[in-house]
Amino acid sequence: MTKRTIIPFGPQHPVLPEPIHLDLVLEDEKVVEAIPSVGFIHRGLEKLVEKKDFQDYVYVAERICGICSFIHGMTYCIAVEEIMKLEVPQRAQYLRVIWSELSRIHSHLLWLGLMADSFGFESLFMHTWKLREGILDIIEETTGGRVIFGSSKVGGVRKDVSDEKLKLIVEKLKKYEKEIKEITDVFVHDASVKHRLVGVGILSKNDAYELGAVGPTARGSGVSQDMRKLGYAAYKNINFEPIIETSGDCYARCMVRIRELFQSIDMISQAVDKIETGPIEVKVTGTPNGEFFARTEQPRGEVIYYALADGGKFLKRLRVRTPTFSNIPALLKILPGSELADVPVLILTIDPCISCTER
Amino acid sequence: MPFFRMTKTILKSLFKKPATVKYPFGGARVYHKNTRGKVLIEVQNCIFCGICQRKCPTAAIMVAKTDKKWSINRLRCISCGACVDVCPKKCLKLDTQYTPAQTEKNKEDFKQNA
Repeated sequence: MTKRTIIPFGPQHPVLPEPIHLDLVLEDEKVVEAIPSVGFIHRGLEKLVEKKDFQDYVYVAERICGICSFIHGMTYCIAVEEIMKLEVPQRAQYLRVIWSELSRIHSHLLWLGLMADSFGFESLFMHTWKLREGILDIIEETTGGRVIFGSSKVGGVRKDVSDEKLKLIVEKLKKYEKEIKEITDVFVHDASVKHRLVGVGILSKNDAYELGAVGPTARGSGVSQDMRKLGYAAYKNINFEPIIETSGDCYARCMVRIRELFQSIDMISQAVDKIETGPIEVKVTGTPNGEFFARTEQPRGEVIYYALADGGKFLKRLRVRTPTFSNIPALLKILPGSELADVPVLILTIDPCISCTER
Repeated sequence: MPFFRMTKTILKSLFKKPATVKYPFGGARVYHKNTRGKVLIEVQNCIFCGICQRKCPTAAIMVAKTDKKWSINRLRCISCGACVDVCPKKCLKLDTQYTPAQTEKNKEDFKQNA
């Protein structure tokens, strides 16, 4: 048996925007085992629900994650609305879909940039993030914030967007679609990119299912699982099919995200076509009493909000299960057997969001 | 060609204007009408009802009715705009500019003239 070495990976590492630590057990250059430790940025946001008014907690829920902030806030609102049996107006439901998809586009573009950075393709990284800036501008124009939207609210949304502006957004997105196609073609066809991604870190369909992988990690392995199919907000009125790749390697996970970019643009234009005029919120009276599991699809996968209320001003318990948390077992499955040089790429393919994970 | 897929894009962008702004020489960025910056108050119109203080999720606003004083802790404020939404006299609004950097944890006071 060759000598085993342990190499610490993280919490500070160039490819990691957020801290996670992995002890990599190596035999020569091959990883044989990876031992994770998380908990560097635990902030106790779930406990805070006992001190914040249930309507004020939306602002906290949005700040659980800096990238998928809107979907966090929206899922919390869905959970409370279901407990209180509030009927959210159709216009608000469609606006929620539009903002969710905008944040999906911006998150996937961010991920593609980080991915290019992780295999050392700097100019691709810069060009991808240039495109993301355009999406952030649309978000700022409609909500007022670049990453913290601040537009979710129990009972609807806080800001309306005029129909003319929605049409302009679709036109802008159609323009961006061409630019995004030009950049993502590099990921799809370039030989040096494919060399780093194809056949690396294969996760079989069975493993993805049994380890409870979610989102693009599961869909890249052929598991057809997309929470948007549950039909929350206005997703029930929108035509789409979950995007699936079957090879289960890094390239497949990358392809899922690239194809989802174009799917999201299509979903936004569908939503703009179908949006109805009307109010954007209902008046919230009384306090919640009951419990509910809200499940929505984030850019990284399924997020679950469990809320328990006892009729008071504060919720009794809130539990958030974020997508990265359930993708970590899948990551630990694909790491053994890989080369040390591939580890940063492999860790990035699950799109780790540690702030979400530790809350 | 599978190699050098990026070359066309790179050559094109060589002859384009930079995507970044040369601050402060190329002008600052354009803010949108909706951008949530710092909270402004027209204190002469304020009736000191205290709704903004109650609705503020971070308890950054303090309203003293007897002194006719409205104060805000800029470092606590998260620019969510909850106070602007609930103000009955519409004397609060959000600026598109953010608060400048501060060296002290001060409250900013606004006092109504009698």
